[in-house]
Amino acid sequence: MADRAFQVARLPGFNTIAIMVFVMLYLPIGLLVLFSFNAGPSVAIWEGFSLQWYPKAWGNEQVRDATIRSLIIASSAALISTTLATMAALGTTRRKRSPGQTMIYVMINQPLMVPEIVTAVALLIFFASIKVATGYQGLGYLIAAHSAFCIPFAYLPIRARLEGMDLTLETAAADLYATPWQTFRHVTLPLLMPGIIAGMMLAFITSLDDVVISLFVKSAGQETLPTYMLGQIRRNITVEVNAISTLLLGLTVIMLTVFFLLTRKQD
Amino acid sequence: MNVNSQPDIRSEAIAVDVDRVSKIFGGEPPVTALDDVSVAIRQNEFFTLLGPSGCGKTTLLRLIAGFEPPTSGSLRLGGRDISRLPPNKRPINTVFQNYALFPHMSVAANIAFGLQMLGKPKAEVRDTVDEMLKLVQMEALKNRRTSEISGGQQQRVALARALAPHPEVLLLDEPLSALDYKLRKEMQIELKRLQGETGITFIFVTHDQEEALTMSDRIAVMNAGKILQVGPPREIYNRPVNRFVADFIGETNFLTGTAQGDAVRISSGHMIAVPLDGRTGDVTLTVRPEQVRLCPVDQDGALHAEISDLVYFGTDTHCHLALKDGTQIVARLQSLPTGEVGYMRGQAVGLRFEPGAVQVVGA
Ligand SMILES: Nc1ncnc2c1ncn2[C@@H]1O[C@H](COP(=O)(O)OP(=O)(O)OP(=O)(O)O)[C@@H](O)[C@H]1O
Ligand SMILES: [Mg+2]
Repeated sequence: MADRAFQVARLPGFNTIAIMVFVMLYLPIGLLVLFSFNAGPSVAIWEGFSLQWYPKAWGNEQVRDATIRSLIIASSAALISTTLATMAALGTTRRKRSPGQTMIYVMINQPLMVPEIVTAVALLIFFASIKVATGYQGLGYLIAAHSAFCIPFAYLPIRARLEGMDLTLETAAADLYATPWQTFRHVTLPLLMPGIIAGMMLAFITSLDDVVISLFVKSAGQETLPTYMLGQIRRNITVEVNAISTLLLGLTVIMLTVFFLLTRKQD
Repeated sequence: MNVNSQPDIRSEAIAVDVDRVSKIFGGEPPVTALDDVSVAIRQNEFFTLLGPSGCGKTTLLRLIAGFEPPTSGSLRLGGRDISRLPPNKRPINTVFQNYALFPHMSVAANIAFGLQMLGKPKAEVRDTVDEMLKLVQMEALKNRRTSEISGGQQQRVALARALAPHPEVLLLDEPLSALDYKLRKEMQIELKRLQGETGITFIFVTHDQEEALTMSDRIAVMNAGKILQVGPPREIYNRPVNRFVADFIGETNFLTGTAQGDAVRISSGHMIAVPLDGRTGDVTLTVRPEQVRLCPVDQDGALHAEISDLVYFGTDTHCHLALKDGTQIVARLQSLPTGEVGYMRGQAVGLRFEPGAVQVVGA
């Protein structure tokens, strides 16, 4: 290797910029986590270590309600969007590439491209007319909206997994007397499972921390955890919110770790 | 053109009957992978499809297995038309070239798969799996993941998995090509043994002519979507129907000449007696290097030649000879204990062909 390729890492100032980016990214989060253990009521003045804000947050009925609601929505949305995404992935990868293929990808991934606020407004108007027509006020709207925008997050890892799958395995199953359904059940689905679980977790996390669409779609009193926190912070900033955030962060980190382990292991 | 050099219709039962099958893959431009192929494969036969890359061997197997429908023609299994039957309804199993073992299952589960899909009772599945594990000597590894065993072992598992449901026909698509030379030789013997023990009809694909000659009961030589010749190894080797078959199987010499009565005057002017079957005009002759003998120049009927090169191959030495007009002929001579053959480059020698060794292979 006589002349080295262009390397960004060798530009002057690269290290400084890199460090600054990391500081900007992680310092605020680090402080948030740190102050969730503050003994005092301030999110800025450290008064010693204490775990008191965690039981306090859990003791707050509104927090508990919002948490349970968020978990119901996120699990339902993850389940529904992953099922739909699996079908979409099977439908889009198991055939010859056609001219319309790119269009189909774009449509499935629409929520990634259309600004979230636009989707939120559209859903608000759409659901408003349904609410008027049916009188139904329940969680269904939030679950439907979350399911829809979670589809691309579930779809991408499933499709990646399907595209890497050896098609002769399905041929071999058919050769060994498996009906198309048995082939799907005993070969395709188990091999797809890591992708499906990964997709489901991404969808779950995406739903769990959504603010914009939830704000627009929710009916009165249907606070999710993020919308509740937003409401709290507008009034006064309490360490309670730090504690909830830290727990959410912990959950997300665990799920992302599992996600990476699942998608990395290619057998 | 379908030269089936098997006129003796023996009373043996036919397992797979391929009847005027063509396969054209659509696309730009369309590919004719099989062109009006007819062949009858007998029960309990080790039948080999041999041909260069892209000649349609895999396509023919896939049609027999049911992975692709034929564009035209029909396939029969034991007299029953199976052309429209899906693969899971055909009592035919395949050993895939890349083995296609299920990576999420153990060795034993892979072998059990076909039996389970057939809905066999648990006890029977277990017994058959044990029997198969023993047959391919994989009992010790039955609980391993298929990704945790060697290539040769995977090959055995693929074989056991395909044999376990006891199909009427086993299709093997170049199953040995991924193995190293020594393992390959071992598996060749193993495959022959398994075929004998199970009594299943084997249809084996290879592009290795030596493998085809040593293993097969009969060989079909294919080229460009057609079957050129079907016959036992000796017949294919010694009586090739055309130049392609002669050239593809083993090494050979070609001589061009003109038919004159019941002999051929080759380009060097020599006359060679050969059964012409009524052919006239220009013909091509073939003779294997091991059927060419060197002799004293003045021997009766000897062709005059000069040794242009001697190439040592261990057990034998290839002697390159040039006739008067420059026609090249290779003779295979057995090496002497000294490694020499008793001839020198540039030496003038006589050469003759073993009786019956020279064949006409076309114009
Ligand atoms: N699905 C397909 N679509 C289009 N053409 C195909 C398809 N499958 C095979 N072919 C073409 O048909 C011809 C025969 O292919 P086939 O795979 O049967 O050859 P083969 O004899 O098995 O060769 P090899 O020894 O390389 O495996 C080739 O020209 C190939 O390109
Ligand atoms: Mg092939």
